[in-house]
Amino acid sequence: MIGALQGWIDDPTVATVLLGAVVGMAATVVGTFLLLRKSTMLTDAIGHSVLFGIVVGFLVVGDLHHPALTLGAALAGLLTVAGTRALEATGRVRSDAAIGLVFPLLFALGVLLAGRYAGDAHLDADAVLVGEIGFAWIDVAPFFGLELPRALRTMLVVLALDAVLVASLWKELKVGAFDPGFAAAVGLAPGAVATALLAATSLTAVAAFDAVGAVLFVAFVVAPPAAGLLLANRVGTMLAIGLVVSVAASIGGYAAALAYDLAIAPAMALVAGALVAGALLVGPRHGLVAHVVRSRTRGLDLDARALLVHLATHAEAEAEARENTRPALREHLGWRAAKVERVVRHALDGGFVERGRAGEGLRPTGRGRAWIEEAGPEGETRGG
Amino acid sequence: MNELWAILIDGSTRTVLLGAALLGALTGGLGTFAVLRRQSLLGDVLAHAALPGIVAAFLLSGERALPVLVVGALASGLLWSAVLQVLARHTRLGADGATTLVLSVSFALGLALLTAAQSRGDAAAAGLQTFLFGQAAALLPGDVVLLAAVALVLVAGVALAWPALALVAFDPGYARSVGVPVRALEAALTGALAVAVVLGLQLVGVVLITALVVAPAIAARPWVARLAPLVAMAAATGAAAGAIGALVSAVDRDAATGPVVVVAVTLAAIVSVALAVARGRRRVRAGAAQAATARGSA
Repeated sequence: MIGALQGWIDDPTVATVLLGAVVGMAATVVGTFLLLRKSTMLTDAIGHSVLFGIVVGFLVVGDLHHPALTLGAALAGLLTVAGTRALEATGRVRSDAAIGLVFPLLFALGVLLAGRYAGDAHLDADAVLVGEIGFAWIDVAPFFGLELPRALRTMLVVLALDAVLVASLWKELKVGAFDPGFAAAVGLAPGAVATALLAATSLTAVAAFDAVGAVLFVAFVVAPPAAGLLLANRVGTMLAIGLVVSVAASIGGYAAALAYDLAIAPAMALVAGALVAGALLVGPRHGLVAHVVRSRTRGLDLDARALLVHLATHAEAEAEARENTRPALREHLGWRAAKVERVVRHALDGGFVERGRAGEGLRPTGRGRAWIEEAGPEGETRGG
Repeated sequence: MNELWAILIDGSTRTVLLGAALLGALTGGLGTFAVLRRQSLLGDVLAHAALPGIVAAFLLSGERALPVLVVGALASGLLWSAVLQVLARHTRLGADGATTLVLSVSFALGLALLTAAQSRGDAAAAGLQTFLFGQAAALLPGDVVLLAAVALVLVAGVALAWPALALVAFDPGYARSVGVPVRALEAALTGALAVAVVLGLQLVGVVLITALVVAPAIAARPWVARLAPLVAMAAATGAAAGAIGALVSAVDRDAATGPVVVVAVTLAAIVSVALAVARGRRRVRAGAAQAATARGSA
């Protein structure tokens, strides 16, 4: 059994896709709440600032694989948050400007320090951005009886930590995201919870960078949760959708990278973005298609109401038979034939209008009369 | 000391100095509008979104000529910022989510195209990587001339549209109500900033460009209220930072120009804010002291 599992994981394709999926899921778990709290740009900033922490850590311990680097990076992430908040607190710098001041400074300091004191170290730009996910499967380490790629092992631990954090602070995170004032009032400690979330994010960022690079990490923090936000109305559903999207993006991205000879990490990010675009277009509640359909229906409803008012006005007069035929409608309402047909069809379908006896035109039904007498969309009453 | 002087009067140092100062002025001046419009991170988005355009322009034209790449970057940056506006205003994602989404996805697209170009053996594509991290030392006199020309055009454009621009920057609602074409002007401002950002990428690269856009305006803001002096002071701050970066880098080979410029301009902003806060506190204390004295003598 273990042997079979080991054989499966030893396959470079499987290992790579699995790594992407685990990174995606970890990023989605924290990203769901980051998106709700509008802290995703801050996360991008953290992602850039960790270079500073890594460089300082390296300068202190002199070893590129020492855990101190991870610690330094996580601390740099918290420093970014603290610095940004401090600037905002002065009242002179808005949140977006504060973000734009802190992370470039830290990144620049990191580059300068690395240039002066760590000139020979392998701090390669490409690797930082794009990661080396394609090669992560080579470097293995033991994990519960299996030989896993080191990066995968790290990410599984991080995923577990993130999951535990989010599960235990679920209520606090939810309320803190939507109503921090209320959360503070009922003792749900939104400030401390936010710090915990950002600390977990920094840790996830550091672990993910090694595997997939900065670009994919940020994409995975925002895109799957975005897809979830567009399709769901509850946080739990949003998170679940995000998890599915991140796994799909990992699989699809790897396939695309093979097919078109692209780097794997950017390809995964692109597929995630494409899935968000899909959610935007076809989401049943908030998608563009649904939006357009609803607008058209609203438009038809308004026109049907106009039709009904016209019919009701002429209903009692002798002229009804003449006024309520289609040609008369065209003339009186000023609609083209096609529009008259559309609106009449819509009104008939809704049961607001019925055909009169042979020779007569259309007339409103009881339901139709009630419809136009209730408040219209603007809150005014019509008819009568 | 003589050695130092020799470095300073060296032709290439002068070129980098001029180029860096010009770029700092451009991004700082135009960035003022973005900061006032609460779009400080627009520079970040424009820079990241420029990459797919740059690579596409290179792939389509087969050339690495700067004007060609700038056109591609501009088109791509404007397109993606339009997508950003739609997402931010018309979906649940909001400004923060939309910004991060557009930034990361557009940049991923750029990276994907870049790796595709590289794997097809286009050696010159590797040169595009300087856009990612900047390479001020590679500035040529021809580039500086181009920069100066662009700066002149942009300054002329801003001056021509000045009264309307000032309104749009401070009170777009009022501007719209008196018939100012707000959308068009905002698009023009974004376009101008996109040009400045794309050029500025050469100096500091994509990660750091945000500082050049945001910090000069933040440094100037507490001291100047009216728009014209604000833009001028921001431009001057940016230029000074650019010059400092070029000089320090010329003297110290281990210090890359871009990061030094960023450190200089960001420190200027932070110090400026700190001074403003201190000034505010002093005023409050003085006011309170005055009030106490008035009460005491009443």
